[in-house]
Amino acid sequence: MKPLKAVRSVAVVLPEENIDTDRIIPARFLSTTTSDGLGKHAFHDARRLAEGVPDESFALNDARAHGAEILIAGRNFGCGSSREHAAWALGDIGVRVVISSEIADIFRANASRNGILPIVLDVESHGRLMACGFETMEVDLEACEIRPEGSEPIAFEVDGFMRRCLLDGTDHLGFLLGHYSAIESFDAARDARLAGAES
Amino acid sequence: MASPRTLLDKLWDEHVVVPASDDAPAVLAIDLHLVHEVTSPQAFDTLRERGLSVRRPDRTLATMDHSTPTLPKRADGSLPVVNEQAGRQIDRLVENCRAFGVTLHGYDSPNRGIVHVMGPDLGATQPGMTIVCGDSHTSTHGAFGSLAFGIGTSEVTQVLATQCLLQRKAKAMAVDVDGELPSDVDAKDLILAIIAELGVGGGTGCVLEYRGEAVRSLSMEGRMTVCNMSIEAGARAGMIAPDAVTIEYLRDRAMAPAGEAWERAVDRWRRLPTDEGAAFDRTARVDACSIEPMITWGTNPGAAVRVSGVVPEPADRSDEKALAYMGFEPGQAMAGKGIDTVFIGSCTNSRIEDLRAAAEVMRGRAVASGVRTLIVPGSGPVKQQAENEGLADVFVKAGAEWREPGCSMCIAMNGDRVGAGELAVSTSNRNFEGRQGAGARTMLASPRTAAACAVAGEVVDPREFTRSPVGAGVGDA
Ligand code: SF4
Repeated sequence: MKPLKAVRSVAVVLPEENIDTDRIIPARFLSTTTSDGLGKHAFHDARRLAEGVPDESFALNDARAHGAEILIAGRNFGCGSSREHAAWALGDIGVRVVISSEIADIFRANASRNGILPIVLDVESHGRLMACGFETMEVDLEACEIRPEGSEPIAFEVDGFMRRCLLDGTDHLGFLLGHYSAIESFDAARDARLAGAES
Repeated sequence: MASPRTLLDKLWDEHVVVPASDDAPAVLAIDLHLVHEVTSPQAFDTLRERGLSVRRPDRTLATMDHSTPTLPKRADGSLPVVNEQAGRQIDRLVENCRAFGVTLHGYDSPNRGIVHVMGPDLGATQPGMTIVCGDSHTSTHGAFGSLAFGIGTSEVTQVLATQCLLQRKAKAMAVDVDGELPSDVDAKDLILAIIAELGVGGGTGCVLEYRGEAVRSLSMEGRMTVCNMSIEAGARAGMIAPDAVTIEYLRDRAMAPAGEAWERAVDRWRRLPTDEGAAFDRTARVDACSIEPMITWGTNPGAAVRVSGVVPEPADRSDEKALAYMGFEPGQAMAGKGIDTVFIGSCTNSRIEDLRAAAEVMRGRAVASGVRTLIVPGSGPVKQQAENEGLADVFVKAGAEWREPGCSMCIAMNGDRVGAGELAVSTSNRNFEGRQGAGARTMLASPRTAAACAVAGEVVDPREFTRSPVGAGVGDA
């Protein structure tokens, strides 16, 4: 996993609430057996009014969104399906930070396992960022601070383990495999107990 | 004496391999890992790349449902897959299960079905277990008093390789449903009312435990419908403590323990319910007596009103956008809206009781002309039973299509979908924009309501049918 220490880029605001993972990548694009190249399907339907007709009012279609690595979204981003394809698709279009006042549990886990930092802010700070339009900002994971250009920095909190893994680019599978012997002895004891060795 | 514990506490304590610390989440043991064709190919690839094997094939069970077609095989024996990619996904699952020694209920298995219907059918789902699957509706299995939740593909890889997950314990939230549900109101109406009450993010970070008289009197099918949609309130999982209903459901199922092991298991299961006086992090209360048949008007599952109600005033911009997408105006009655499609199926409502409820409405009646009605059983055993009970005949005679088991129109990646702009009544769990097909407009409801709408050709309160015999009611053939 690519480590993430600080990101400086223009931020795109998607004001909608409850942007679900079907919006991020519609189900008909899930018939893939790889995780690469899903960016071309990111927000497929949201970007278009009809096939071949782009929705000019959709922020990611704006020329100023070019190269954006920070996404600021309305409350409850990433709700719905557990598809990791949503995180893969966002990663593939270059997104490295997602900010909202509420981010769905499974999406948050999927994002962080793919080098994308999910940040949950209080309603007030979130509101402040939502009012920005294509502003450049820096997100510093070492200092846990968001620094919009030309306004006060905003502090944020993230789970310590998630932060460490993102900073170091540690993958969770490797971490779990490090516990393999504890897992084996736990299993052996529990299997025996369930098989009736208990009183 | 040990301090009183919730059902979640007991499940958690039993499965912690390495406790959580400030620096790291807990390592949690997983008892059952369900696998399907869409979220697993990348996980098996990672195992190959890293030279890993499946640690516990005996606790891993696979089936195909999401991109698997619901039309029968062609005359030449091939599957009518929607596209080449879907076919490749199915083939890859077969290859991966063979290569890694995982039991697969493949296309020709009589047990094949939607992953969350098959697990309980087989008795693989049991109280006290931790259950995961690369699908958010894994919460369904919580109906048995298990801790069951959806995971992403990276986590599927982790469970395949270690039979464990890194987890922080969720908060416990009690959802107390007081009073009795009216007799012609179903579990789907109850859960739609609960989500409308909690909001679509109301359960974020929580495991919901549904309690109270109304929940206790639900059948296992009804309990599964309720737990299934916990994720639509943002919850990590939903659960219901096991009781006599749970135990009777599991008795003699193929993968349930037998003989002495059964006695021991039942003994263990009886100790699972939340202790008297155990503390929850949060509590919500819902009054069952006032619940009526429900239907959604918007583009998230929390946007539900009574079928007899009206489209509400938009509360914010998201609501306005939802109304524009649905083509609805505030103040309009839900009843009377003309519909194009009805879908009865999905892991929320494709079990035998759901089909019986739909058949009760459709018996001796006909689907309104111009309404396409698809009825898709959740699994092979459900299909067989519905045919044995004559339900399939009722549907076919009424003019509905009766299909092979699968996810079908719930996810619209297998050839079954709602057309652009069409208005559908669906018993599935998500009414998101485009969920049932690009531009499709979905209203979620119970099987009873969906069947009534199919017959009426418009949104209708199902009680107009169930309270009047054929020949005296509205919309008769
Ligand atoms: S029926 Fe729908 S919600 Fe259920 S597992 Fe299939 S796609 Fe997911």
